[in-house]
Amino acid sequence: MKAFLLLEDGTVFEGNSFGMEGGVVGEVVFNTGMTGYQEVLTDPSYCGQIVCMTYPLIGNYGVNIDDIESLRPQVKGFIVRELCKTPSNWRSIESLNEYLKRNEIIGLEGIDTRALTIILRDRGTMKGTIVTGDTLEEIEEKIQEVKKYTISNPVLQVTTPEVKHYGGSGEGYTIALLDYGLKKNIVRSLQKRNCNVYVFPCTATAEEVLAVEPDGIMLSNGPGDPKDCGFQIENIKKLIGKKPIFGICLGHQLTALANGANTEKLKYGHRGCNHPVKDLDKDMTYITSQNHGYTIVKESLDPEIMEISHINMNDGTIEGLRYKNAPLFTVQFHPEASPGPGDTAYLFDEFIKMIAK
Amino acid sequence: MPRRNDIHKVLVIGSGPIIIGQAAEFDYAGTQACQALKEEGIEVVLVNSNPATIMTDTNIADKVYIEPLKAEVVKNIIRAEKPDSILPTLGGQTGLNLAMELAESGFLEEQGVKLLGTATEAIKMAEDRQDFKDTMERIGEPCIASKVVTTIEDAVAFAKEIDYPVIVRPAYTLGGTGGGIVNNEEELREIGGHGLRLSRVHQVLIEKCISGWKEIEYEVMRDSKGNVITVCNMENIDPVGVHTGDSIVVAPSQTLADKEYQMLRTSALKIISALGIQGGCNVQYALHPTSFEYAVIEVNPRVSRSSALASKATGYPIAKVASKIAIGYGLDEIKNAVTGKTYACFEPTLDYVVVKIPKWPFDKFVKAKRTLGTQMKATGEVMSISSSFEAALMKAIRSLELGIFTLEQDVYKRLEGNELVRKLSDINDERIFVIAEAIRRSVTLEEIYEITRIDYFFLCKIKELVLMEEKLKTLTPDQLTREILKKAKKMGFTDRIIAKLTGAAREQITALRKQQGITAAYKMVDTCAAEFEAATPYYYSTYDDFSEVKQSEREKVLVLGSGPIRIGQGIEFDYCSVHSVWALKEMGYETIIANNNPETVSTDFDTADKLYFEPLTPEDVENIVEAENPKGAIVQFGGQTAIKLTKALDEMGVKIFGTEPESVDAAEDREKFDEILEKTGIPRPRGKTIFTLKEALEAANELGYPVLVRPSYVLGGQGMEIAYNDKDVAEFMEIINRTVQEHPILVDKYMMGKEIEVDAICDGENILIPGIMEHLERAGVHSGDSISVYPTQTVGDKIKKVIVDYTERLAKALKVVGLVNIQYVVYNNEVYVIEVNPRSSRTVPYISKVTGIPMVNLATKCMMGMKLSDFKFGTGLYKEPEYVSVKVPVFSFEKLHDVDISLGPEMKSTGEVLGIADNFPEALYKGIIASGIRLPQKGDGILMTVRDTDKPELVHIAEEFEKLGFTLYATGKTAHMLNHNGIATNAVKKLDEGSPNILDLIQSGKLGMIINTPTKGRKPDRDGFKIRRKAVEMSIPCLTSLDTALAVIKCLKLGKTEGELEVLNLDIFK
Repeated sequence: MKAFLLLEDGTVFEGNSFGMEGGVVGEVVFNTGMTGYQEVLTDPSYCGQIVCMTYPLIGNYGVNIDDIESLRPQVKGFIVRELCKTPSNWRSIESLNEYLKRNEIIGLEGIDTRALTIILRDRGTMKGTIVTGDTLEEIEEKIQEVKKYTISNPVLQVTTPEVKHYGGSGEGYTIALLDYGLKKNIVRSLQKRNCNVYVFPCTATAEEVLAVEPDGIMLSNGPGDPKDCGFQIENIKKLIGKKPIFGICLGHQLTALANGANTEKLKYGHRGCNHPVKDLDKDMTYITSQNHGYTIVKESLDPEIMEISHINMNDGTIEGLRYKNAPLFTVQFHPEASPGPGDTAYLFDEFIKMIAK
Repeated sequence: MPRRNDIHKVLVIGSGPIIIGQAAEFDYAGTQACQALKEEGIEVVLVNSNPATIMTDTNIADKVYIEPLKAEVVKNIIRAEKPDSILPTLGGQTGLNLAMELAESGFLEEQGVKLLGTATEAIKMAEDRQDFKDTMERIGEPCIASKVVTTIEDAVAFAKEIDYPVIVRPAYTLGGTGGGIVNNEEELREIGGHGLRLSRVHQVLIEKCISGWKEIEYEVMRDSKGNVITVCNMENIDPVGVHTGDSIVVAPSQTLADKEYQMLRTSALKIISALGIQGGCNVQYALHPTSFEYAVIEVNPRVSRSSALASKATGYPIAKVASKIAIGYGLDEIKNAVTGKTYACFEPTLDYVVVKIPKWPFDKFVKAKRTLGTQMKATGEVMSISSSFEAALMKAIRSLELGIFTLEQDVYKRLEGNELVRKLSDINDERIFVIAEAIRRSVTLEEIYEITRIDYFFLCKIKELVLMEEKLKTLTPDQLTREILKKAKKMGFTDRIIAKLTGAAREQITALRKQQGITAAYKMVDTCAAEFEAATPYYYSTYDDFSEVKQSEREKVLVLGSGPIRIGQGIEFDYCSVHSVWALKEMGYETIIANNNPETVSTDFDTADKLYFEPLTPEDVENIVEAENPKGAIVQFGGQTAIKLTKALDEMGVKIFGTEPESVDAAEDREKFDEILEKTGIPRPRGKTIFTLKEALEAANELGYPVLVRPSYVLGGQGMEIAYNDKDVAEFMEIINRTVQEHPILVDKYMMGKEIEVDAICDGENILIPGIMEHLERAGVHSGDSISVYPTQTVGDKIKKVIVDYTERLAKALKVVGLVNIQYVVYNNEVYVIEVNPRSSRTVPYISKVTGIPMVNLATKCMMGMKLSDFKFGTGLYKEPEYVSVKVPVFSFEKLHDVDISLGPEMKSTGEVLGIADNFPEALYKGIIASGIRLPQKGDGILMTVRDTDKPELVHIAEEFEKLGFTLYATGKTAHMLNHNGIATNAVKKLDEGSPNILDLIQSGKLGMIINTPTKGRKPDRDGFKIRRKAVEMSIPCLTSLDTALAVIKCLKLGKTEGELEVLNLDIFK
């Protein structure tokens, strides 16, 4: 069956449907990673978004049971140039098509994904809709519908409903991990360092978090506009100074907002596995995995409270902050990788070291 | 870290002649390196023995030495130039070995010369088998069970321990020379012994065979600060066991999940960090197909063939960045030239698929063993880019210029079912077509996988192509819907193939397609999958609706490149294409280049204004023409590849600059050419055009033996042979007719005289002849395989005058505008013309260099309407320099089994070197040693076995060798004759005379040289063939022409050592 992508500016792409049939509206973004589509699909930070992969052949190695960052695909829709119908990998248990069908996600394949990427790059991230069917009708109405779309409270949609406990070996630290839409590899990265991890819903109060007597607190990644997370920001204010804190992605942005800084939306965001980030302290550049549409406004930083620890080598945006008022550091990128390079996994070690002090 | 301030003058060492395993990629790398250094205000001194390269141009380096790449010679260059540093990691294995030799001898330290880039210790750690293994063990990276041995007994003992099959890998050799997979002790003794002899350090690695695992490569970079990045990873379609240079390779990897991709990426970065690499590095892995188990196969601590491929596949200029790192810059300080905004410290991401297919010489060496293994056999490669694997594969296949445009081939259709399945286990160049045929006959993918171990992913893709072929066969042109047609185009089918499969005419399909609005769109290679706007117009075609090409207002000229490096068409044509582009730029034209060879300077994105990385077929070129609408095209510089496109371009209505297409045709068409000769009154050896064997025999007998038999319209004398009798004619005709001949076959009287070659530039009115060259071997040896001397040493003024006169008359009669190459034979003091090529020739780069005339530049400008009188070089025969230049061919016979090394009218050499000196013997000596021929040492044995007709001439040669203090050996009759003439010669038994015989003598190690002139024919079962092959295996120089032997005597008589040679830079020709 055919399927169409209609962008809010009226641009139409025609391709074929895969996964579930029907219609879906979302924010259309592109990801430049050449591998890791399964991790992308299950990354809760994509909540509310239709993701277009720039690498043209997707599904080559199928879907397996291990490479998931949450229990189900989180994207609203998935766009690929060529869907592989005959995946080949020893871990594959089903094809991408079967996986998306089973999880009721709409897919669009067979479009010129590079053309779409250039549109998003030049005009900025747009909202759009994928509709399956033989023809695309009522375009104007659909555009109006698309324009009205907002991702509301995505963090609430993806956070864990209850506290979860991942026991460590007993020798390591106890970490309270606030789940704004976390990628499982954050938990795995902590477990690898013998930590005893409590995952809290984003609605948990500071008191509830501190009640487990954590040695350190981690603030996870997550979807959407950080400014929508008023409660979480207030909560973070209460946690700062109580325990060493390490924030990733949305956690990084929320911490900055909690400290009086400002955030803004990037024209088309950073999504991929090849973003160079310089650790200013080490004077070394690392390749990082990224997925974010917002960034912290440089001018809004209070030098008394915080300093830039990492910058993006491509566009100079802030990639990491170190705070002077508390044992606290945050990064915009994903040191837990998955997908992407694990070059910055050392930050987890630095977090552990910070706790040890 | 900013640039070091202690570097002002750098010596760059090139890689020498093109040989199998080391092709044009190092000209590309070296040229980029020189440019990167000059950009920094550093004075660059370059040494390379290969005159066909762009890096040896005086505008690329400040001082250029075309000298033998020998330690003693380079020492003299260092003494003369006093560079403060050497850049060793951009000249391939040759350059690296040479630099290491100089460093290890203490010479560099003594002279105060630094080695830039990766430290000596690190190189040793990566190159020395044991050091490497120890390092890997230390950092916990898995290697394959292996052991370095220095004796064959140790090899046998270890193989018993780890069980057969095992792989033999000699240390410090190129392209795995001398290695192979062995299944038992007997094979191990043979191949292992061979490997030990070839290794510079007399070491081989015996390794557990892991064939069937996936082979994955990572191209990685590291700066002196420790920043590390991956440029690209690549997956070999052929599993471990086939040399990566002989594998079909796809980039990026297709069958690896992120976990596997990152696991190997992390490992590669860990390895270069542990080794302390500063620059580019290549790491090869074997990955178990059904687990996370992997093993490091090899690390190349330098810029390599794979890095050239990775550079072109991603747009990331590895050689340039490696050079900047070598002089101190950090990756975070070097700009990404593609975006102009971002930095070199990032990882390119692709939004397309790249396929590389090697170009093997088996179409030329029909008797060569086609089996592929750990020893590389390809002479070059093609690369293609598309947004699907299928299209990339189809584009790559047609880029090979084998006359193959799709997977379905008649040869394999003829195979019986059992034979077809059996053939699946032959690992050779034909396998992909055999697989396709097997799929067509419903052999299951499971069965094919069990035999080939090629991943299902790729087998499924091949199946898709086969299904499309079959689908198209069921349709008539009227039934071709837009949907099917578009799908076929997206999968890479050309109109010609769609037409063939649907039973239509090509024109009909093209018209239908255009009517349906299905046209090629062009996408950009931008290193970042469109995330950032790119500044470099580097394009590939797809069949999408959105094209990124923007036509400018400027006048544009399309220059067609020369495709893959092959025997007969080498790097020299890339040199010419690039120079033509530069000349056009000087004239203010916008330049567009189309080519498909990733190893070249022409496919560097900043050579022309626009680069189209595309197959060079009529349809692919027509698409470019439609996208760009150029003022015209230039075909003279891209060898036969570009010339072949003349007719198609003409039909598209594209103006061909320079010599008109009719004239090109007239030079190739026997009848038209004869007419011109008659009109101009220039004699040629008598000949006939024929089609059948019967006609061939009649013609041969009428002309009288010996005769030359060859197909028309070929390059490098392909399929050309000297026939001495009817049997030879029959054999050659059979070989020629294996491929369908569109044009008649030529039979000519063979004249054994002196061969003369001329390259000239003509503006339509006047002619400039930069130089007349003379071949050292008499006619009958292909010009590309002859030692060529400039200026001539034995040609009198009278003959020269005749040649100048004939050249002028021919150029005018053919209305040449641009370059022309003419070959003459002087026989009994008469000049005959053998061949006229109204295009650039293989000798153009070297003649340009040693005359100081920028031939391609002038020719291009003439083609665009300028006149020779606009330049300062005059007309007629240019003045001869005081220096003598000798071009010596270089062969790659040790890589190709079952190929007869004897020289004849069909070209066999892969590359060339040049020797320059103020006298002929010294220039010759330089050329000979640069070519790799090891001259015999006093006391060595010299074995002589020649055909009867050569025996009288041999006496003089033998006498000279005897006087020089060599021990002579010859078989029965020859020995008798020599002894009879008073020349002490040891008689040796022939092969059928029991042992010890001639082969035992060759194996004994007593011989320093063999002179063997082949009797006739080229049946490999002859004794001579066995002798010559044995010589190759034992690395004993074997001369197959007495003229070459005389040249060697001249060198030996000179009595100079390598260190005594005067080193000269090209300024002498200014």
